[in-house]
Amino acid sequence: MENAEKKSLKITACHVRMGIIEGVFNAKSGHPGGSLSAADLFTYLYFKEMNIDPKAPKAPGRDRFVLSKGHTCPGLYSTLALRGYFPQEELKSLRHIGAMLQGHPDMKGTPGVDMSTGSLGQGISAACGMALAGKLDGKDYRVYSLLGDGEIEEGQVWEAAMFAGHHKLDNLCLIVDNNGLQIDGPVEEVGGVGPIDKKFEAFGFDVQTIDGHDFDAIEAAFQHAKTVKGKPSVIIAKTVKGKGVSFMENQVGWHGAAPNAEQYETAMADLKKILAEVEAE
Amino acid sequence: MAEVVKYATRESFGMALTELAEQYPDVVVLDADLAAATKTGIFKKKYPERFIDCGIAECNMIGVAAGLAACGKIPFAASFAMFSAGRAFEQVRNSVAYPKLNVKIVGSHAGISVGEDGATHQCNEDIALMRSIPGMVVLNPSDHYEMKAAVKAAIEHHGPVYLRLGRLAVESVNNNDDYQFELGKGITLRDGKDITIVATGLLVGESLKAANALAEEGIDARVINIHTIKPIDRELIVKAAKETGKIVTAEEHNVIGGLGDAVCSVLSEECPTPVVKIGVNDEFGHSGPAVKLLEQYGLCASHIAEVVKKALQK
Repeated sequence: MENAEKKSLKITACHVRMGIIEGVFNAKSGHPGGSLSAADLFTYLYFKEMNIDPKAPKAPGRDRFVLSKGHTCPGLYSTLALRGYFPQEELKSLRHIGAMLQGHPDMKGTPGVDMSTGSLGQGISAACGMALAGKLDGKDYRVYSLLGDGEIEEGQVWEAAMFAGHHKLDNLCLIVDNNGLQIDGPVEEVGGVGPIDKKFEAFGFDVQTIDGHDFDAIEAAFQHAKTVKGKPSVIIAKTVKGKGVSFMENQVGWHGAAPNAEQYETAMADLKKILAEVEAE
Repeated sequence: MAEVVKYATRESFGMALTELAEQYPDVVVLDADLAAATKTGIFKKKYPERFIDCGIAECNMIGVAAGLAACGKIPFAASFAMFSAGRAFEQVRNSVAYPKLNVKIVGSHAGISVGEDGATHQCNEDIALMRSIPGMVVLNPSDHYEMKAAVKAAIEHHGPVYLRLGRLAVESVNNNDDYQFELGKGITLRDGKDITIVATGLLVGESLKAANALAEEGIDARVINIHTIKPIDRELIVKAAKETGKIVTAEEHNVIGGLGDAVCSVLSEECPTPVVKIGVNDEFGHSGPAVKLLEQYGLCASHIAEVVKKALQK
């Protein structure tokens, strides 16, 4: 990836992270940890990878994105706002009564949201259905779905993975946000999901493991996934939960908690510092 | 008059889907390894490219159907009621109904008449589960002709529908040439002034038989067929209550949460009327031949007639 492009993506990712903090702070609740860990993935998908048009969010030929780990919608909302699906001002009313931005994604009310999700393990199945519809109709759109590493403890994820492998859904690309933490603690202590790569391999996937904060690696992985024929792809993205906000990084307590006013200022200062550094590159 | 035929409604469902497939090219069918039993196999044979085997994974099947619907397909996702409405309840609620996706949930082998397979497969709770979901249309056709009309109506209705199918063959009751199926509209199959039997599904035929037997004893019972349990035909039920004063409901389902409760809910709000509910009395079933089980649980014409007589004596 060229440096100018990488710099631009990094700047966008910083703004995505600021939007996450803005939304969750104003909501006084929500899920910042897993939104921040996936911010670089959201950024790459919506600003580089996907064939989408914010002016035509329902275009039949568009690529689809299903946020299977629906609780990290502050990350998706912030990205959609930056991409122009709706005004960024909406982030300030996240989770409020009458707001467009619900606590979990609502495809009926939010432009750019391709599937209502939130109950873990269900988004991946819908993504399989969308990919299958593309195959049935001979269309060439691709379907992306982001899962949490805690989420994949759900049995339905593996029903869907078996389905995707069996039906050879090579237009489906899963991403596992492997930040290593879930509500009750480290994923390997709570649910024991590993080895994630070998499990997906056994279900017939092309598997790649990357650094989920490295845009060169993210690009290479998505490029490779598009060349895979006859089987679905999964990108296991190693990430840091709370990435970019010093006091949230790798802290399980920030899975589903909002910063207070003081913490908000610190978080924004952290992100502004990173932004200044990136801009100076 | 159309010919009196005897088919299980699952069979009629499979036939109807197949007959309508050409007219509705967006219809696709999903099954979870029960195509031979739910009769989606009839469709599969003629339209294999529009049939999706999901394996024994009902929760994923409902989610896949949701994704297909989000891309413009009209998926029918079929399994036994126990699994499509029961096991996958939360997928139906969150992946289908909340986003109002155009998925038709098919629950075959509903009720006690599954027979020998016994309690684990006899779903007497599906109507209660499905009618509790906002926006869900709940259909429980009574015979061959009604099932065929219901399948077409389900396709033409844009939004989630639950369609209940039975395993046991039943004689057709809707044989009149002017038979019309309208979503949400009950049908008065027999007029009467003494009491009204409000029935659904398999028990519509049994209720008619009961009314005919009662007529010989001088009791004039009205019979209403409720094929759409949600949205329910409030007007027809209130009218019957006002005109006949007493109501008996009959369904092959738990007396909690099914047709009987839906009728009571309407009447308690609009026209308080004594109601006696015939159904499975909040218990599990067990193995046995379907017809014997229906008799044992009181889901048959003779028991309906007895209940009506008792209700009239009160």
